[in-house]
Amino acid sequence: MVKGAAQSKSAPVFEQVDWDFDALRRTYDAIEQVARQDLGLDIYSNQIEIISSEQMLDAYSSIGMPLMYRHWSFGKHFLHHERLYRKGARGLAYEIVINSDPCISYCLEENTMPLQALVMAHAAFGHNHFFKSNHLFKQWTDAEGILDYLDYARRYIARCEEQHGMDEVEKVLDAAHALMPSGVFQHRRPRQPSLREAEEQREKRRAAAEENVYYLWNTIPNSPGEERERDAAMLERKREMRLPEENLLYFLEHYSPILKSWQREILRIVRNVGQYFYPQKQTKVMNEGCACFVHYHILNALHADGRLTDGAMLEILHNHTNVLTQPDFDDPRFGGINPYALGFAMMQDIRRVCDEPSEEDREWFPDIAGKGDWRNVLKHAWANYRDESFIQQFLSPTVMRRFRMFALSDNADDPYYTVTGIHDARGYRHLRDTLAGNHDISTLEPDIQIVDADLLGDRCLHLRAERRDGVPLASASREATLKHVERLWGYKVELQEVEPAR
Amino acid sequence: MAHFVDRRLNPKDKSLGNRRRFLKRVRSQVKKAVDEAVRRRGIADVDRGESVSVPTDGVTEPSFRQAQEGGRRERVFTGNKTFQAGDRVKKPLGGGAGGGGRRGSPDGEGEDDFLFVLSREEFLDLFFDDLELPDLVKRSLKEITRTHPRRAGYSTTGSPANINVSRTMQNAVGRRIGLKRPKDDEARELLRRIFLLELISSPTKEQRAELSALRAERDEIMRRRKVIAYIDPLDVRYSHFEQQPEPNAAAVMFCLMDVSASMGEREKDLAKRFFVLLHLFLSRRYEKTDIVFIRHTHDASEVDEETFFYSPQTGGTVVSSALVKMKEIIDERYPPSEWNIYAAQASDGENFGGDSPKCATILSQELMKICQYFAYIEIVDEEEARLINSEASGMELWQAYRQVSEIWPNFARKRVAKASDIYPVFRELFARSHAGAGEKHG
Repeated sequence: MVKGAAQSKSAPVFEQVDWDFDALRRTYDAIEQVARQDLGLDIYSNQIEIISSEQMLDAYSSIGMPLMYRHWSFGKHFLHHERLYRKGARGLAYEIVINSDPCISYCLEENTMPLQALVMAHAAFGHNHFFKSNHLFKQWTDAEGILDYLDYARRYIARCEEQHGMDEVEKVLDAAHALMPSGVFQHRRPRQPSLREAEEQREKRRAAAEENVYYLWNTIPNSPGEERERDAAMLERKREMRLPEENLLYFLEHYSPILKSWQREILRIVRNVGQYFYPQKQTKVMNEGCACFVHYHILNALHADGRLTDGAMLEILHNHTNVLTQPDFDDPRFGGINPYALGFAMMQDIRRVCDEPSEEDREWFPDIAGKGDWRNVLKHAWANYRDESFIQQFLSPTVMRRFRMFALSDNADDPYYTVTGIHDARGYRHLRDTLAGNHDISTLEPDIQIVDADLLGDRCLHLRAERRDGVPLASASREATLKHVERLWGYKVELQEVEPAR
Repeated sequence: MAHFVDRRLNPKDKSLGNRRRFLKRVRSQVKKAVDEAVRRRGIADVDRGESVSVPTDGVTEPSFRQAQEGGRRERVFTGNKTFQAGDRVKKPLGGGAGGGGRRGSPDGEGEDDFLFVLSREEFLDLFFDDLELPDLVKRSLKEITRTHPRRAGYSTTGSPANINVSRTMQNAVGRRIGLKRPKDDEARELLRRIFLLELISSPTKEQRAELSALRAERDEIMRRRKVIAYIDPLDVRYSHFEQQPEPNAAAVMFCLMDVSASMGEREKDLAKRFFVLLHLFLSRRYEKTDIVFIRHTHDASEVDEETFFYSPQTGGTVVSSALVKMKEIIDERYPPSEWNIYAAQASDGENFGGDSPKCATILSQELMKICQYFAYIEIVDEEEARLINSEASGMELWQAYRQVSEIWPNFARKRVAKASDIYPVFRELFARSHAGAGEKHG
């Protein structure tokens, strides 16, 4: 299945089970050769770090980042993962990879040498290429700056804890974390996050903004003329707010009447971190699919070339298969569609369509069927799509049949589910639309906007949540989150759930 | 080109700060769990970590998110077997929205309580919390064993500071002799002879031959001296130290408790904390600690811990019976020459009329001579504690024990109404332990 099969065999790059740094380096070089010359991947330079299981748990708990400010919720996650791990209920990930330049991959020291090879091909090349080329990552994240920024965030929040007390900082962070998912500009291109050199600039900007806010809020009218003037200023202020605003954290950071400057900066930090993870949420299938496709291709190429022993390859395939299992819906292990399995299957299928298309494929994918140029088709897909559009564009009947997909609709007032489509000629398009919809971030997260701030009256802040398909907000969580918004805004906050205007 | 970094030696516990913040947040719940655990566990068992579960409401991380139920949804599933488009499937009872499989809540946790494990350290911190121990005592209770480095021969590895020069040189000399390393004197002698021969302006044939022979010999000697090092890494020896535990003897702890009906749940709980604290102290000091439980009403018997705390018994109260029993057991099983004997007695102060002087006599004449320490607590109501705060007042037993405490410095007694009153009973014991006096090392 690999080009190199006919060529003369080379010596294996490693034969041992336990890894050492020499073997890692040799293997890395072999993988890199295939990645660059065969697949033509474009990657950030790699930094591969070997860590212990304890450190892996640490990394888990701070959302996978090497540097993070301190917060109790990370401690909670640590305890949670630790317990599962100690009980043996859950293994640890073999690796964690960070979208940064240089791209950092953490490899667990307990991995065997074949597993390290798998992990390097997967993370250091697959994910790395995806991070560097996908348009969402290019637009929303700043790979060179993220580590510097996190370092800054960590120091800043530690300083705040010293100056204002841990409890005060915790309150702001709690509130900010609750709003993290609503702290992203989903539709406009965000301003690039400032880096270390912009720190002073940031300081200046903050001071100016603060003055501005206090000036307006603290003006006390003495005469009718002044009152009119104040009203006019308030209206001007409101115009500046450019309501409606979907980014709650951004809005509160800039316009909350009660926050101190350090609190605003904390909101900004949380918002930037949230923004950084925004692309990852939208590209789970593609990102994992890309990494799996890359490691599968590279390791097979090395094996065919004799540079991986049969034993190593067997171990690799065993792990590969474990990760890529898609249980059936009635299996107790079923937890939704496995993004690894779906992504990998679709990408393997794109390759098949390019090389050996069937009649059906020619009809569904006239642009790529039989063109043979699967490398560029895939690279183009990796660069320009996200999960939803990728599925919409590339999910083929073959894959739907292989997974035996079916769509189920669930209406709250109907005691029955209805099967709306299965893997047959009538159902393909419907399945594809539905699955794409299931991966669309706008259907997964509620649509909440700030629609009005009553600056002249009781200063009540009005939010509006537009229900999609009548799905309400989870009520307990909604009330708790609203309290956090009130804490940040300082006055009453109202949230109205509405059906969309049709 | 990849850059490989070995991070395994980086400091661990990076998330310790986060863990502390989390524990602080759930402190009240955790405290409750710890108290519960102290009640449930055996005395000798308190001293370890505990799995704690706290209700999720204190630690949820809310956000605006979509409800699991309600509205219209459509999802794609895998593994169709018999479904056709248009089929209708009855929803399972309880109305799970997924139609199959498990659905976790959005943050990956169920509705259940949040469960985690406290370390031994954290557990003891919380246990000590309302006992109001001085910090020094807390620290010394938490430290498990004290060790002392002892010389234990030599080793081939070690830190440069521990290098043993004389042993190293001894090895080097032996090796140099064994391998016939040319000595300094030999080399100097040879060089001198070469020098003298070279001085001769017109050497004879023999002299020339001798010179070249000597030169060859010199080269050989120089080569050997170079090859056979003066000190080889092989010779180096380090002084080796082993961490040896401090010599500890065995201790036995007698828990005496009045279990007549007047001792209720609260009294027993306080008594238990009192016993636990003494046991923690003993288990740190001694390698082996036995516990003997003696309960008494009008009659004393040795029982197991379960019976001691939980089994109800009725009858009068004759304190001296417990002391007699204790003496019997000591005679039988714990010779004072081999055991450090500690006793802790808890009672509500009631005693059969006329029995108290007898108790004092048994203590003064027999037990106090062989006990390291005898601690007595009288558990009283909080209100009562305020009323009878003078030394002179109090029940017969209290009065009788006053005489004992005046004669014997290793007898301590205290009225206890709440957990924080317990520690002062031991104050002297702990103070004494730092001075390190009065120990028997078997």
